[in-house]
Amino acid sequence: MKKILAVDDSASMRQMVGFTLKKAGFDVTEARDGSEALSIAKQQGFDAVISDVNMPIMDGITLIRELRNLPNYKFTPLLMLTTESGLEKKTEGKAAGATGWIVKPFNPEQLLAVLKKVIR
Amino acid sequence: MSIDLSQFFEVFFEESFEGLDAMESELLNLEPGKEDSETINTIFRAAHSIKGGSGTFGFTSVSDFTHVLETLLDQVRDGRRTLTTEHVDLLLKSVDCLRTLLRALQSEQEPDLTEADALRSKFEEILGIAEATACESNDEKADEITQSTYQIDFKPKAHLFKTGNEPLFMISELGELGEIETQVFHDAIPDIAQLHPDECFLSWRFFLTTDSDSKAIEEIFEWVEDDAEITITVCGGIFEASTETLSEPESADGKSAEISSASITPPKEINKKAEPQKNNESSTSTSIRVGIDKVDSLINMVGELVITQAMLSQIGEQEITESTITALQEGLAQLAHNTRDLQENVMRIRMLPISFVFSRFPRLVRDISQKLNKQVELKLIGEQTELDKTVMEKISDPMVHLVRNSLDHGLETPDKRIAAGKEPVGTVTLNAFHQGGNIVIEIMDDGQGLNTDKIRSKAIANGLIQAHDELTADEINELIFMPGFSTADEVSDISGRGVGMDVVRRNIQALNGSVEVASASGVGSTFTIRLPLTLAILDGQLVQVARHTYIIPLISIVESLQIDITKVSRVGKDLDVLRLRDEYIPILRLYDIFNHQGAIEELDKTLLVVVESDNHKVGILVDDLLAQQQVVIKSLEANYQKVDGISGATILGDGRVSLIVDITGLIKLSGLKRPGTQELLVEQQGSEVA
Repeated sequence: MKKILAVDDSASMRQMVGFTLKKAGFDVTEARDGSEALSIAKQQGFDAVISDVNMPIMDGITLIRELRNLPNYKFTPLLMLTTESGLEKKTEGKAAGATGWIVKPFNPEQLLAVLKKVIR
Repeated sequence: MSIDLSQFFEVFFEESFEGLDAMESELLNLEPGKEDSETINTIFRAAHSIKGGSGTFGFTSVSDFTHVLETLLDQVRDGRRTLTTEHVDLLLKSVDCLRTLLRALQSEQEPDLTEADALRSKFEEILGIAEATACESNDEKADEITQSTYQIDFKPKAHLFKTGNEPLFMISELGELGEIETQVFHDAIPDIAQLHPDECFLSWRFFLTTDSDSKAIEEIFEWVEDDAEITITVCGGIFEASTETLSEPESADGKSAEISSASITPPKEINKKAEPQKNNESSTSTSIRVGIDKVDSLINMVGELVITQAMLSQIGEQEITESTITALQEGLAQLAHNTRDLQENVMRIRMLPISFVFSRFPRLVRDISQKLNKQVELKLIGEQTELDKTVMEKISDPMVHLVRNSLDHGLETPDKRIAAGKEPVGTVTLNAFHQGGNIVIEIMDDGQGLNTDKIRSKAIANGLIQAHDELTADEINELIFMPGFSTADEVSDISGRGVGMDVVRRNIQALNGSVEVASASGVGSTFTIRLPLTLAILDGQLVQVARHTYIIPLISIVESLQIDITKVSRVGKDLDVLRLRDEYIPILRLYDIFNHQGAIEELDKTLLVVVESDNHKVGILVDDLLAQQQVVIKSLEANYQKVDGISGATILGDGRVSLIVDITGLIKLSGLKRPGTQELLVEQQGSEVA
């Protein structure tokens, strides 16, 4: 079973993402902010990480940068969830090592469709 | 796969309300011009989360509105705009507006967008956005469904894998669009010595025959635009048609702007009839967040309970000897201990710090003091004092009323304060602490105090007292809790909106609590609210009337005594009054009121329980006093129906049901009149003065 780490400070988004992915047959671990996600990610491996951008303590872009520098996450798909469809955040995210992005708002079907690009 | 999103709504609402609370308190902490980035970030994040969630869960009215807030906050965050007081005010209003919207949505009502639209256009004015941007050009020309063949050249750069992208998945996704023919170029693969396994040396050319447009293809490669060379061309004669499709949106821009502005111009419907839901309408939420430590300690206790139970059942299986009886007694003592612990801890689950209520006051005080042109400092003490959630929800409104009163009637304007030799800034203090089994909340102000002369003359004018009645200052102050009393010279916007202090007192009494006032002229007044920590358990005095056991709340009992028959006199037809020290206590016969046969009727053979309600004492005649114990309150309304004079029921140790006396209701039921006047001691039900 593929393992996905879902990171969002909003409980409802986290639940929605988690529920959708679990239903689609993924093994999902949830984290509330970048720093929690980072320490979880260091303890176990994941096949993909989906992270919100704006979070307290550690934001999503910093998380992605930190993860990409870890040997275990060199090739791991790291996706960011963002409402800022502006180019700025995407470029910043890509520079930090993000694989791609999912623009909020999205529905469960869209999430799974996008995920298919990086994990099968 | 279809997923019912509504299962996440409750969490979304809950966290949105929390987010709004956070936004509000951060905004209040904010000093325009001196804002620090963390505060702005917190506010931004709250708005951002609400926008994201509402968009995802389909609450577009909320997400559209939050969008402008977010845009403004984003600009502030990036330092492109400085925050002014006007912005803060607008943001605070938006917080209120969002609360109203979310509440409407939560109760599945159509939200009223009048205010949201008004605020939004104000934000748009600040941001300098034309209204038309709200509806983006979505009138893309519907593509004719034609099959075309595209040639796609895809030449990833060496670092592609390090972005986490996988060409294979992209290619298979491409294949899902139509028929695909693939060529691989491997000529870039270097000599084995130079070959880095984590770099990409392959490139591809695809011929894709599909009815999708080039946009769908671009989307597949969207994430690797900068990590690869991608060219998409249309093969054959359809080429021209396709360029036209691509340039279409641009030429349509002007048109779409026209259309959208036209669609906005029609006069907005004035739907004032659907009044926005009042903010202070207490929506009782159905879920509760509990700290994991509380749950852990519960599990721990249940564990102990199970062990005790196992021990007891083991003893039960043995033959009964003297030693087993000792063990049994020990076990039962253990069980009692466990049960009490468990009870306390289960109660603790419902306990929340009172800061949940206190937190709404900084905003309230700010708004009201601005309106009144008064300078006020709000002090909050004991915010961590815990209180039952249900009690908390119900105490909030009475507290708001009292604080409003303090600001409006209590505190003076700065010039009056200076004239009185005080600091121009008045202070309102909210203080909460535990005392015995109660929580005490004090609302103190250092204002002018209650004006006893004014209250007195008003009470005489309203017929509450007679002109010749001699009353102490405390008694006069008590009058403000009488129905239909308001001392403000003119009914102001802030307080005195008809909801009197009598309603405040009644609401607090409905929680088995009490409210008192102490005041000193020129120094200030203090309102003290006393509440039981929980509504689920009550300290009760069990009393015997005929064959029945009733429970009188211990909190309302002043004393219990044997009646000195020489001090009883009869007033009117059938009311006995006991002279107790300097007071006359009317005697209520419980057996009479509840129609029981066989109770002791001779006054000298019974006991009198003196209780206090609304600052009036009455004596309840009972046959005997039994134990005092904590009783678990069961609702009569839920299990049977409302009974006048009874506030609830409980089940006694022997399994019998016992009724809990509602003192205020009892007095009402007996139709007692206040001694010396024609006024009813407690107003009749239904005659509440609004």
